[in-house]
Amino acid sequence: MAKPKLASVWLEACAGCHMSFLDIDERIVDLLGKVELTATPITDIKIFPEVEVGVIEGALGNEEELHLAKELRERCKILIAWGDCAVFGGINCMRNFMPAEQVLKEGYVDTASTVNPDGVLPRQDLPALLPQAIPVDRAVKVDVYVPGCPPDADTIYYVFSEILEGRIPTVPTDIMRYD
Amino acid sequence: MENTKKNTIVVNPVTRIEGHGKITVDLTDDGAVDRARFHVTQYRGFEIFSKGRDFREMPVITPRICGICPVSHHLASAKACDAILGVTITPTAAKLREVMHMGQFIQSHALSFFHLSSPDLLFGFDADPAIRNVAGLAQEYPDLAMAGIGMRKYGQEIIKTLGGKKIHPWHSIPGGVNRSLRPEERDGMLAALPKLKEDLRKALDLVKNYLAENAELAARFATIETSYLGLVKDGNLELYDGRIRLKSPRGRITDEFDDSEYCTHIGEHVEEWSYLKFPFYRPLGFPQGSYRVGPLGRINACDDISTPEASAELAAFRKSTDDGMVHYTLYYHYARLIEILYSMERLEELLNDPDVLGSDLRITGNVTNREGIGVVEAPRGTLIHHYMVDDKGAIERVNLIVATGHNNYAMNRGVEQVARDYITGPDVKEGALNRMEHVIRCYDPCLSCSTHAVGKMPLKLEVRNSRGDVVRTVIKE
Ligand code: SF4
Repeated sequence: MAKPKLASVWLEACAGCHMSFLDIDERIVDLLGKVELTATPITDIKIFPEVEVGVIEGALGNEEELHLAKELRERCKILIAWGDCAVFGGINCMRNFMPAEQVLKEGYVDTASTVNPDGVLPRQDLPALLPQAIPVDRAVKVDVYVPGCPPDADTIYYVFSEILEGRIPTVPTDIMRYD
Repeated sequence: MENTKKNTIVVNPVTRIEGHGKITVDLTDDGAVDRARFHVTQYRGFEIFSKGRDFREMPVITPRICGICPVSHHLASAKACDAILGVTITPTAAKLREVMHMGQFIQSHALSFFHLSSPDLLFGFDADPAIRNVAGLAQEYPDLAMAGIGMRKYGQEIIKTLGGKKIHPWHSIPGGVNRSLRPEERDGMLAALPKLKEDLRKALDLVKNYLAENAELAARFATIETSYLGLVKDGNLELYDGRIRLKSPRGRITDEFDDSEYCTHIGEHVEEWSYLKFPFYRPLGFPQGSYRVGPLGRINACDDISTPEASAELAAFRKSTDDGMVHYTLYYHYARLIEILYSMERLEELLNDPDVLGSDLRITGNVTNREGIGVVEAPRGTLIHHYMVDDKGAIERVNLIVATGHNNYAMNRGVEQVARDYITGPDVKEGALNRMEHVIRCYDPCLSCSTHAVGKMPLKLEVRNSRGDVVRTVIKE
């Protein structure tokens, strides 16, 4: 049987969830023998092909991220929301009590070391911020939730092992955490 | 040449870096490179959403900026909080923080070199992407691949031992740390070091051979002459706490100042095509005042390294030029390995110091200063946290200059130079694009992530006209 394919992406995220995946250490060699990595931030493949498993790290905070979440949803059979940002919106939601324009102004005009007399805001060739940062399932259907900031490497390994066995995992409470 | 019709090549996303970036290359109608730019396409707004939080929360909030070097944010933040309390932390607390910091340098630099860059060096930029990755590495050079995984694991375990978890640990608190180190934990850390050093020596040989065999490429590849910035202590390389030094391209010390004065020396420029700002040295203005940070920045900025083996290696490193200033961008990899060596030696010093097992961990206090600045060297370069609080400690303003930002100008210049060298029209080879991406990776602006292309590598190119409409899409499977 062909190896199941996996695609993953980080959206509004810190990369910590993918880092935690690497923390499975030597087991990675074994796992890579069983699945085929396609488009991921840690490979050079840029477009999602049709895959069995799609993984999203991070919330949705700008238009490109929203688009990528929809695209991955269409091309995968099982979609995993990976980490607190993807599951709940996480730390990114802390900007939600402000208009997006004000968020930009604070970062690019008002900060102490910025020298920007004309008040230039980044927008050219860049995806616009959504009014609020939202969890993945506010935009697309999610099949598996793996909370944690980040989820522990063992938890991640457990989830992949279950999927490879053909089961849709629910993270058991003893290895689930919210932080 | 206002009205030249342009074609644009877009590489989106740039992979194997932390966060989201893309490269655009504008071509003139006769196919020459007109302009190339590296855009950072994400902004999350930590400056604004920390407002109103109690400053004591910042060492837990800010690591979420980056899951690859969370410890750097954790420590810069804790140092800014110490400054708000107006305290000098105990020697035990300072040394334990530095132990964790060395763990972070070892893991992050190991990831950057072994998992990410070594495949490009060993297999070549034009190699089949199917093998030009860590899986290929594991097949062809299994010892090296396992050495990389082991070195990263070692650093991560140190972080976990002190901070409870490998990513986003909680150990530093305003005024100190919250947990001591047990003797048996220290012994375990020390016992593993000799083997790791041996592995590192092999990696150093590999890089040195590569640079010697490819001297012409190394001299040319994205090389630019800039100033360099990094922390120093008594002129020596420093990663946790020192003065900020700027050295000119010719090796003159342009300036040296305390971290609390950063704002009068460093400004940030904004471009509307990138969410990443462009820091510069204020007296020289932008872009003349642009400089580089990270391994090459620090190695160039310091006089020497305080530990013996790394110091000897630094001397060898500097032999490659007359004035001791190395501008070759590919030498970032070499400098990175020297820093791992320093981190291992420094770790050994710290662990053999009786203070490190002490129990005097924390100094308590109240808000004494309404402003606090914390600076550390993150693996990728100088990291600055600056908080202003009200008299109860609620955050009023936050300013962050993250390491990758300092290199923004240099990354753009490097990408453009490589584009000019390797692109002659819209029919671009994959290897040329990979070279542009490798410029970015030299600076290791994170993703730091490991693996690399396993399997096929489709690549999407959009050629756009000057109005921005896509006129042609090339997809290589
Ligand atoms: S859940 Fe935590 S580790 Fe994962 S992306 Fe969000 S902040 Fe980073």
